[in-house]
Amino acid sequence: MTVDLLTLAFQRPHIDWHGIAPELVLLAVGALITLVDIIFLEKARPITAALAGLGLLATAVPLLTLAADGTDRVMFGGAYVVDEFSLVMKAVFLLAAYVVVLLSTNYVAEGDYWENEYYGLLLASVMGMVMMASARDLVSIFVALELLSIPAYLMVAWRKRDQRSNEAGLKYYLMGVFASAVMLYGMSLLYGISGSTMLADIGSAVAAAGSSVPVITLAIVFIVAGFAFKVSAVPFHTWAPDVYEGAPTPVTAFLAVASKAAGFVALLVLVLVGFPTAADVWEPLIWILAAASMTVGNMVALRQTNVVRLMAYSGVAQTGFMIAPLAVAGHGGGSADQALSAVVTYLAIYAAMNLGAFAVIIVLARKTGSAETASFAGAFHYAPGLTVAMTIFLFSLAGIPPLGGWFAKFEVFRVLATAGEPWGYVLAAVGAVNSVIALYYYAALARRMWADEVPDGDHSSVPMTPSLASALGICGVVTLAFGVAPQLVARFTDVTLVALGG
Amino acid sequence: MLLNQFLLLSAILFSIGVYGVLARRNGVLMLMSIELILNAVNINLVAFGAFRETVGGEVFALFVIAVAAAEVGVGLAMVLLLYRNRRSIDLATIDQLRG
Repeated sequence: MTVDLLTLAFQRPHIDWHGIAPELVLLAVGALITLVDIIFLEKARPITAALAGLGLLATAVPLLTLAADGTDRVMFGGAYVVDEFSLVMKAVFLLAAYVVVLLSTNYVAEGDYWENEYYGLLLASVMGMVMMASARDLVSIFVALELLSIPAYLMVAWRKRDQRSNEAGLKYYLMGVFASAVMLYGMSLLYGISGSTMLADIGSAVAAAGSSVPVITLAIVFIVAGFAFKVSAVPFHTWAPDVYEGAPTPVTAFLAVASKAAGFVALLVLVLVGFPTAADVWEPLIWILAAASMTVGNMVALRQTNVVRLMAYSGVAQTGFMIAPLAVAGHGGGSADQALSAVVTYLAIYAAMNLGAFAVIIVLARKTGSAETASFAGAFHYAPGLTVAMTIFLFSLAGIPPLGGWFAKFEVFRVLATAGEPWGYVLAAVGAVNSVIALYYYAALARRMWADEVPDGDHSSVPMTPSLASALGICGVVTLAFGVAPQLVARFTDVTLVALGG
Repeated sequence: MLLNQFLLLSAILFSIGVYGVLARRNGVLMLMSIELILNAVNINLVAFGAFRETVGGEVFALFVIAVAAAEVGVGLAMVLLLYRNRRSIDLATIDQLRG
């Protein structure tokens, strides 16, 4: 068949510029930072961090106008969707990245490392996350996943002369690429079943095929396993403690919050839009992941002596809580919507409290020169404000009212208990036992900071910069506000996905 | 068209790749094993695309090839970094972080 190319008039597809404005602004600022770095070299160092922070705030402007507009936008034949869910998640990603920029300012350059490209990479990674929130197509999900992962590999290995940072980077890279390759294999099978890369088409093909087809089961197992790695769920969590310990701490905070949230977004969209009818396959799978993550994460966290490793295993346990509502999301009715809202609520609150805890760790570890639990002892004697803040964040992570984490856990338990499935009750019971175990190690760390003696008797005050103080302030206010007035966060996170008929 | 032969080839490549990632401890060999998995994916996508007579599969495969190139660039840079600092790319000897 020959086609006369000259007679084919090029039809530009309709592009909704307002809908993709946040991505365009991020792209522009990322490119600007890279250019400024190339042109002004070392002279640009004082302004790149500020540029990155301003860029992230500027990206929030089109996000607000889109939210004010309020209509769901479906673009590129359904591959890219701007709905309530994606707007809320984009806002979470941008705020988390803004706090990470505040934490990174001057920190990543310590030890004579180059700082400018770091912000370019950070913005590229955030752009991947922002795209992930809107992607409703296998190709765009894959591209968004790689766009957010590849810069993250480089950021983990940022201290290139530090062998621990190298090791963390290579471990994260190999595990990450392996997981995404396995996930891609699952995606290729899904494409084979449906003949389309669009999630909505895949959803109807899976529904038509019935769920007992082995190839569908295989595809779902591969895809869920790939994203279980990204969110560090047991048994795919083994990279997390090593990478968290070896990476620069602001990067650790970024991975623990933003990267994990992006993995959850993709998992939610794939499960609830791509194969909602195959619930008999993914519900038990996610049930096991949730129960194992909570239990193993907490058990191993109990005997950690390094605060960053403790936070890594606590993050694994929190993943178990976050993923739990999905285990009862497949029996129709409003169950998918409820689970979605619970996970989004948890992600938003978790971002604030976990970033806050990491901010305190960064400040204290800078003074004591180590992140061992023992070196944090007696912090109250020289940094009372930081100790109070850390206590708030730790108790919020443990789920004590009236802090944000309480409402997040409450939502999870409410979804599990109202699902009316026996396995939902069992998972809620597992979660309740684990909340008590988690309280033990969070409280033990807090007690050490309040009551113990300072190990080396050094009572000099900690170095505090305005950017660290504002990061702590943002996280603290959000954690407290969401706990005292949960209707605030509930208003934002009562979201639906377009394909769910929202 | 015989779809099965392509799927079988792809499944074999996938299995060899997974075995390589799990069994090998040499940085470059692990990278090559991951490439095998990605190529298994590409065979799957192209075969399904031809079978279904839609171009989606071929387009997806092109994206996979492009992104895999970027990934390997980063991976080789990291292996090189490790070699520069330690004179070895044997991952079994890298154990400064308790795993």
